[in-house]
Amino acid sequence: MLQTSNPDFTGAEEGYSSCGQCLSTTTVHHTDTKEKEQNTDKLTLVQDGSKHVLSLRHGVDEDGNELAAGIEFDGEVETDTESEEDEVKDKKTNKQPLRETGRASRLQSKKQEKDKEEKEDKEEDESKEEDNGSQQNRASRRKNYQRRNGDGKKAREERSQKKGRGKTAPNKDQKESENKEKKTTKRGKEGENKQKKDRKNSISSSSNSSDEESLSEEELAMLKEQVEQKKKLISTMRNKPWRMVKKLSVLREAQDFVEKFEGALGKGKGKKLYAYKMMMAKKWVKFKRDFENFKTQCIPWEMKIKEVESHFGSSVASYFIFLRWMYGVNLVLFGLIFGLVIIPEVLMGMPYGSLPRKTVPRAEQATAMDFSVLWDFEGYIKYSALFYGYYNNQRTIGWLKYRLPMAYFMVGISVFGYSLMVVIRSMARNANESTTDGDDDNFIFSWKMFTSWDYLIGNPETADNKFASITTSFKESIVDEQESNKDENIHLRRFLRVLANVLIICCLCGSGYLIYFVVKRSQTFSKMQNVGWYERNEVEIVMSLLGMFCPPLFETIAALENYHPRIGLKWQLGRIFALFLGNLYTFLLALMDDVNEKLAEEDVVKNITHWTLLGHHNSSAGNDSTVTPPPLDPADVPRGPCWETTVGIEFVRLTVSDILVTYITILVGDFIRACFVRFVNYCWCWDLEAGFPSYAEFDISGNVLGLVFNQGMIWMGSFYAPGLVGINVLRLLTSMYFQCWAVMSSNVPHARVFKASKSNNFYMGLVLLILFLSLLPVAYTIMSLPPSFDCGPFSGKKRMYDVIQETIELDFPLFVAKIFSYVANPGLIIPAILLMVLTIYYLNAVSKAYQRANAELKKKMQMQREEEKNKRNNKASTNPMLQDLEDLLTPSTKTESPPKQAEDKKTESQNGTSPVGKPGRGEFLAGSPMAGGRGAAFTPPSQVFVTQPRTLGARAPHPGQPRPWGHPLGPVPGRGRGQPCYPRAAR
Amino acid sequence: MGNKQTIFTQEQLDAYQDCTFFTRKEILRLFYRYRDLAPQLVPLDYSASPAVTLPYELIGSMPELKDNPFRQRIAEVFSEHGDGNMTLDDFLDMFSVLSEMAPRDLKAYYAFKIYDYNNDDYICKSDLEKTVNKLTRNELTPEEVSLVCEKVIYEADVDNDGKLSLADFQHMIVRAPDFLRYLVSLITTTEQEKTLPQRTNI
Repeated sequence: MLQTSNPDFTGAEEGYSSCGQCLSTTTVHHTDTKEKEQNTDKLTLVQDGSKHVLSLRHGVDEDGNELAAGIEFDGEVETDTESEEDEVKDKKTNKQPLRETGRASRLQSKKQEKDKEEKEDKEEDESKEEDNGSQQNRASRRKNYQRRNGDGKKAREERSQKKGRGKTAPNKDQKESENKEKKTTKRGKEGENKQKKDRKNSISSSSNSSDEESLSEEELAMLKEQVEQKKKLISTMRNKPWRMVKKLSVLREAQDFVEKFEGALGKGKGKKLYAYKMMMAKKWVKFKRDFENFKTQCIPWEMKIKEVESHFGSSVASYFIFLRWMYGVNLVLFGLIFGLVIIPEVLMGMPYGSLPRKTVPRAEQATAMDFSVLWDFEGYIKYSALFYGYYNNQRTIGWLKYRLPMAYFMVGISVFGYSLMVVIRSMARNANESTTDGDDDNFIFSWKMFTSWDYLIGNPETADNKFASITTSFKESIVDEQESNKDENIHLRRFLRVLANVLIICCLCGSGYLIYFVVKRSQTFSKMQNVGWYERNEVEIVMSLLGMFCPPLFETIAALENYHPRIGLKWQLGRIFALFLGNLYTFLLALMDDVNEKLAEEDVVKNITHWTLLGHHNSSAGNDSTVTPPPLDPADVPRGPCWETTVGIEFVRLTVSDILVTYITILVGDFIRACFVRFVNYCWCWDLEAGFPSYAEFDISGNVLGLVFNQGMIWMGSFYAPGLVGINVLRLLTSMYFQCWAVMSSNVPHARVFKASKSNNFYMGLVLLILFLSLLPVAYTIMSLPPSFDCGPFSGKKRMYDVIQETIELDFPLFVAKIFSYVANPGLIIPAILLMVLTIYYLNAVSKAYQRANAELKKKMQMQREEEKNKRNNKASTNPMLQDLEDLLTPSTKTESPPKQAEDKKTESQNGTSPVGKPGRGEFLAGSPMAGGRGAAFTPPSQVFVTQPRTLGARAPHPGQPRPWGHPLGPVPGRGRGQPCYPRAAR
Repeated sequence: MGNKQTIFTQEQLDAYQDCTFFTRKEILRLFYRYRDLAPQLVPLDYSASPAVTLPYELIGSMPELKDNPFRQRIAEVFSEHGDGNMTLDDFLDMFSVLSEMAPRDLKAYYAFKIYDYNNDDYICKSDLEKTVNKLTRNELTPEEVSLVCEKVIYEADVDNDGKLSLADFQHMIVRAPDFLRYLVSLITTTEQEKTLPQRTNI
């Protein structure tokens, strides 16, 4: 191999030196414009001969500039895209013959200098690997000119092909010289570079005098191209995996080159523009980064959550992210309700005490300000804008003519509408995100091994945790791997799982019954007088206790099942959700009983109120009819039970007690326990930290469900207690800080740190479910229960939704009412629902089909991968055969080529060293003019394919010796995946 | 900033900017970080490019690296003679590659070098075993380690030669979902102040 590549080496060198020569002449030409003018005079002399040359050169120009091929130049100029350049070209044509004549002498002078330059060029080569290809091209191109001026088209084709190859193919000699470079020290090399440059300058100046004739268009184009390449090199310098020393020196050279020749090409301005562009690009990147930073800074609690995540893993962090999301949603709801209902009512509504519904009844006034009463949300709080009953049924309020009842109704609906929209949108987004990452399961272990370490970790404790979590994740994967291979005692496991489910269902039923029982009892208590604190709060206490003790019980039972923690968490979530749901619905049923009782009671009270008012009116009218009667004090008016406010109060109470229980649980269960374990450990008989009480783990499932359940109550209660959302916002805000603190101070990471599933769609699914479930009772009460007669914005109407009809009838033109009545017609609604169902069905089918196609494609990819692997195996086995073939062929190359070698040196070098067999190569060879001569020597591409990697394999690895630095990244991956097989075959 | 700094010449700074992913500000900041490691060794005037080399012990004690299991390997890969001792150029090189601006390919290339412990251009089984042991602090049993290594080779070795070439490695690693975050070390002067708060227990 070395032998064959030797001629290439010298050829390239020669080409390079001559090329350097032309480059040096370039400056001369451009500075000496006078000479150019002189040359133009000679145009007439060489007219007939130049036509050919012109066409050829034109091709070159295109080649150099845009490599546009396919235009025929059969000895004449057929197409010319740039007409203004024509003149210039014509002017320059005359230089060609001049050059032709002067070439011989120039070549001679070059040869003399060559020896001098040879060394230098070698070094140049190493550093300018990228340009080298093109430089060699140029060299060979030049030679080709001399030989085949007539074959313009073919030559051009050849050139372009070679160029393409030249770029991808760093030459053998480059590598050799690279090795040399490694030996030179950094310091020495820098000095050498300087010397080199000086020498080069002197050479160019000397050649200035010797080569008076200027450069041609072709050379100009090459130069341009080269400058462009250098610029590209400069801009991509930072992407090169080189040592800094090398980068610096190459950069300096490239910069010098560009500076020197860019002015010559009249591109100084372009350079400035380029620099400006680069600067702007840099600035833009920086701005983007800053903006990203700013954005992350704007995300509330991002740092806090990241901190938690770094200690407790993504599963715990997912809870906090969920909490943050919930906070965002609640903030919007809060804005809606406060902005459109509570604040208008407070600002523009009738003040407190003006109406019976806005006044504390006379009987309660004495204790209305007591804390114990307020704590139960009775007294003044009950008769405030926080609850439904406070609102008046006046159609419009204030000078704005704000339609408060209407607004109340619409806000109540839009709370649900907005929540549904947000939940579904975020679910869809999560689903999108989770489907985008494709072949996840192909590289489980590889990714774990190579990408699990987070290089940003700068804290020993975090690093400890990371080590632990990496270890556990490795262990987990190993366990999974082993489990997928063997499946022992499946019957026992199945039995245990069934048993666990039976136990849990029993627990759920029991707790449901307990709640129902307690609620029933509380109804009897509420009728009795003088009930104690326990009796009054029995329901809340029992529910909180259930919520506290059932989840750990479930967890204990779930230990029987032996699921993966991620799946286990989902089961746990589902079970606790069922528990909470049962509780919630039992609570609701009891509440409905209550409401129905209240409704019955209301009828009685309604009459009493009516008669009282009437009687008062009559009596005052009877006394003196001239003066309007002093109105009955609003506190004295007998009033109905106002079931809406009762419901609202129930929800608020439940929420508040839930908050308290949560916080107290955290304080006692986590903090006090942690303190106890920490400090009592010094004087205890056994190790508390490692033994029984230990520190608490963060209870993800319990916390997530607490949040979801709480949100459900907010949704249900917010219609009857608009202030509930405000309480919830406060709760979420405090719990963010409180829980973050509690986690960081008194919890330990899970024993099995597991990665949360990427999308927390499971949480979202729970939220959606509870949203739907909480929508049901609210919708039921709105649609089918009559509102109280003396409280709330809808009092006096048969149904709450009458407010819409009223608004449409009174405030809109008639046709709107008509349209509305048509739309509300069941004949229209039922088809609409049908249509929607059909659409859902169709979309579902489509998505299923896509899923199947996706799975199919994945399978295909997998199969392809396997196939490729197999193919490689086969190739490895067939490789020796190819090698033999090649051994047979190489001698013939050697014997046959020498006569031709002298002139074909360059072309051969190009072909011989290109590592990748290009598809169009065979044709090119066949069509090239030298194909006849080289047919035997030129073996099919497969041979080239084989030879190249072997050269690499022969020179690359030296075990025990550090791998040569500065080896470019490019060639190795570019060679294709087949490469590593060959060294084995070659050895 | 202006032209007040006298550590580098303007040309040097420009060249460094072209060769790294840093702005001049960041380069100067990095220089100060470098100098802070050994103020008595590193001069404040670098315009003559003095040949100062800091030993690995100092480099490895940087807060960005000191908890990294691969810190020695990183220093070796980026140091000129492969011994972990670094000049300022090597130092800039290292953080340039580790910066978040560096492209995937560059990162993948250096990641490959880092994991290639015996410098033979292939990640073979012994390299993998070393990596696993570093990542898990020798917590896994030898059987588990070898299982993991076998799995890795099975997954990522496209050409079935029993070891990972650079092409295999790149093919595998650019598909990693969080690879962009990988091999990123943000160097800031505030990094040192912003240590995470200590937890009360454990």
